[in-house]
Amino acid sequence: MTAIQPILNKYPDNGRENLIPILQDIQNESGYLSKDSIVEVGRFLDIPISKIFGVATFYNQFRFEPFGKYHIQVCRGTACHVLGSATVLQELEKNLKIKAGQSTRDGLFSIEVVACIGACGLAPVISINGEFHAKVTAVSMKQIIDDLKKEEEA
Amino acid sequence: MDFTININNKALEAKQGETILDVLTRNGIRVPTLCHIKDAFPTGACRMCVVEDEKSGKLLTSCSYPVEADMSIQTHSKRVVESRKTIIELLLSNHPDDCLYCVRNKNCELQDLSEEHHVRERRIRGKKNTEPLDLSSASIVRDPEKCILCGRCVHACEEVMGVACIDFIHRGNKSIIGTAFNQGLNTSSCVNCGQCIMVCPTGALTEKNHFAQIQEALNNPAKRVVVQYAPSISVSMAEELGMEAGTDINGILNAALRKIGFDHVFDSSFSADLTIMEESAELIDRVNNNGVLPMITSCCPGWVKFAEEFYPDFLPNLSSCKSPQQMMGAIIKSHFAAEENLKPEEIFSVSIMPCTAKKFEAQREEMTQEGISDVDAVLTTRELTKFLKLYGIDMFNIRPELTDSPLGFRSTAGKIFGASGGVMEAAIRTAYYKITGKELVEFQIPAVRGFIGRKETTINIDGLEVGVAVVNGLANTRKLLEEIRNGKNDIHFIEVMACPGGCIGGGGQHIGSSDEQLKARMKKLYQIDATESIKVSHKNPEIIGLYENFLGEPLGHKSHKLLHTHYHARKVML
Ligand code: SF4
Ligand code: SF4
Ligand code: FES
Ligand code: FES
Repeated sequence: MTAIQPILNKYPDNGRENLIPILQDIQNESGYLSKDSIVEVGRFLDIPISKIFGVATFYNQFRFEPFGKYHIQVCRGTACHVLGSATVLQELEKNLKIKAGQSTRDGLFSIEVVACIGACGLAPVISINGEFHAKVTAVSMKQIIDDLKKEEEA
Repeated sequence: MDFTININNKALEAKQGETILDVLTRNGIRVPTLCHIKDAFPTGACRMCVVEDEKSGKLLTSCSYPVEADMSIQTHSKRVVESRKTIIELLLSNHPDDCLYCVRNKNCELQDLSEEHHVRERRIRGKKNTEPLDLSSASIVRDPEKCILCGRCVHACEEVMGVACIDFIHRGNKSIIGTAFNQGLNTSSCVNCGQCIMVCPTGALTEKNHFAQIQEALNNPAKRVVVQYAPSISVSMAEELGMEAGTDINGILNAALRKIGFDHVFDSSFSADLTIMEESAELIDRVNNNGVLPMITSCCPGWVKFAEEFYPDFLPNLSSCKSPQQMMGAIIKSHFAAEENLKPEEIFSVSIMPCTAKKFEAQREEMTQEGISDVDAVLTTRELTKFLKLYGIDMFNIRPELTDSPLGFRSTAGKIFGASGGVMEAAIRTAYYKITGKELVEFQIPAVRGFIGRKETTINIDGLEVGVAVVNGLANTRKLLEEIRNGKNDIHFIEVMACPGGCIGGGGQHIGSSDEQLKARMKKLYQIDATESIKVSHKNPEIIGLYENFLGEPLGHKSHKLLHTHYHARKVML
């Protein structure tokens, strides 16, 4: 039995309208939609994978790579935006050489853009594995990443 | 129910359920369209086709909006024309300014639209698209920067071909057309048919070009450069050359190819005859020895890859015969090479095909002998025109010549390979003779001819009832195979061509031909068949000679080594 079979079992009528709920279940379970899981869903619902990928990329909620060991959520809510979260995100993407929604090749870092995470007083704010970092700037962002990298090398 | 609607202050008849565009087209009023596809459910996505509804003052997309009694429409009011022009300017704003370097220069709908709407200045400046070229496929090049998201390729790939390896991905201004996981086309289920190229309005989809290799070979005195051209080529080039559709340019094509510098000019219709000799023998062998039936033709490389990916359980049904292109290639680098005292590597073998998938086929592992490809480079019909221009050949002032001999003479059975149903008809003619020892009284088999996507009939060969099916368009093929999987068992022999109408509608043909022009090509092929005298492959004297001097018997040892192969299930993400 494959990893997502228990999820598919919940949809015995394998109708195409179940596509989004199934994808959501898989993402909740494993954090992202792997190629294998998309292929399997395609076979189950009889939909070409190009279509599934098309639908899935239409919604921002789906990821196609596993989270990194350090999953960095960058808040792009209004308060954070006003205080420069765009620059923070840009710097972070440049530094890690990945885009939001992706993970670094070594699997250490992943970036996700999120709407207001309810800590506007600390704006601009990022959260790494659930831990908030307040009033980040491009410079402090770089420091945080460097520290994490060092920790890993040690 | 019929009623009238008012268009440009004139009452015109309309039928309930029609779109405004239907009425306009019928009355010769031209409104530009981009995303509209004949016989497909309209999406109204591009808004190129807008017209003004005088009552509501709204702009309606004519391709999707149904007619209503007493509506009053303006097709070229100031608002309409301005709105269309703005859409074009928006499309241009992120489009690369590459026309001079673009394969589709002077045959591009985006150029035509901007020309027609007098776009003469850059009013809207946007960020240019930046998406990498996809050069991964052996046949198709995708340039997403030139894509204007009309969605016509997606439709062709899914609805006509039943492949669906490309779709819209992402959304909003990040929207692009791509494969699953946005990977290279070569890792997708793409069968290289090129039908997406045929419908692409711009240069976003083109064929992988082999000009450089061919020119290098032509300029290399140590290389013997030979060329073969497919059965459909001589009747499909007219539109490219500005001649009347369906004109057969056979003789002048031979002369033109020699002028370019090809040392030998061969006709793939000859190797189509050869395919028929082997394939009919294989069919009889399967019938007599309890072989796997139905036997399915395998001369279409788009179909072969489709079977490898989607229907591997049918691979034992595929004829083991190589395609005419590859049979010719194999004979050239073996028998012909020996006769000419050449090593295979001293020959550069070019083929001119109506087909992009032939480029893929030519580089397949199965199509080599000791690591040397049987066919080195493939030109599509479109590319051939460009090649003729490059070498300054005037196709209107040239004396017809014959092909080289041997490997140049054909029966008309080999020639009709170019149309859907042709392989079937040619094979039946020879199988009938081999089984009964007599020729058919009536060579024509009308039931397998024509553009219909699926044709079925039974043929009586000396009391033996042979059920045959001819399908073109892989979506139609899919349906037939599903029926067979579900127990349909009255068919013994199937011809499959990936492209609609067969090779005359191939993905390497002229872009923008009408249905009438395609019909003219088919008509010409059958006219050739009706007027010439050698109508069966087994009476082609050069075929008889080749078996006497070299091959021995159909399905014999040499045939087995050179002309047959086997295919294997191909793992791609579906
Ligand atoms: S696709 Fe058309 S408009 Fe775009 S560069 Fe090519 S010729 Fe020019
Ligand atoms: S070549 Fe054929 S199969 Fe490949 S993307 Fe184009 S239409 Fe689809
Ligand atoms: S806007 Fe960033 S936490 Fe609210
Ligand atoms: S052609 Fe009518 S909306 Fe695109």
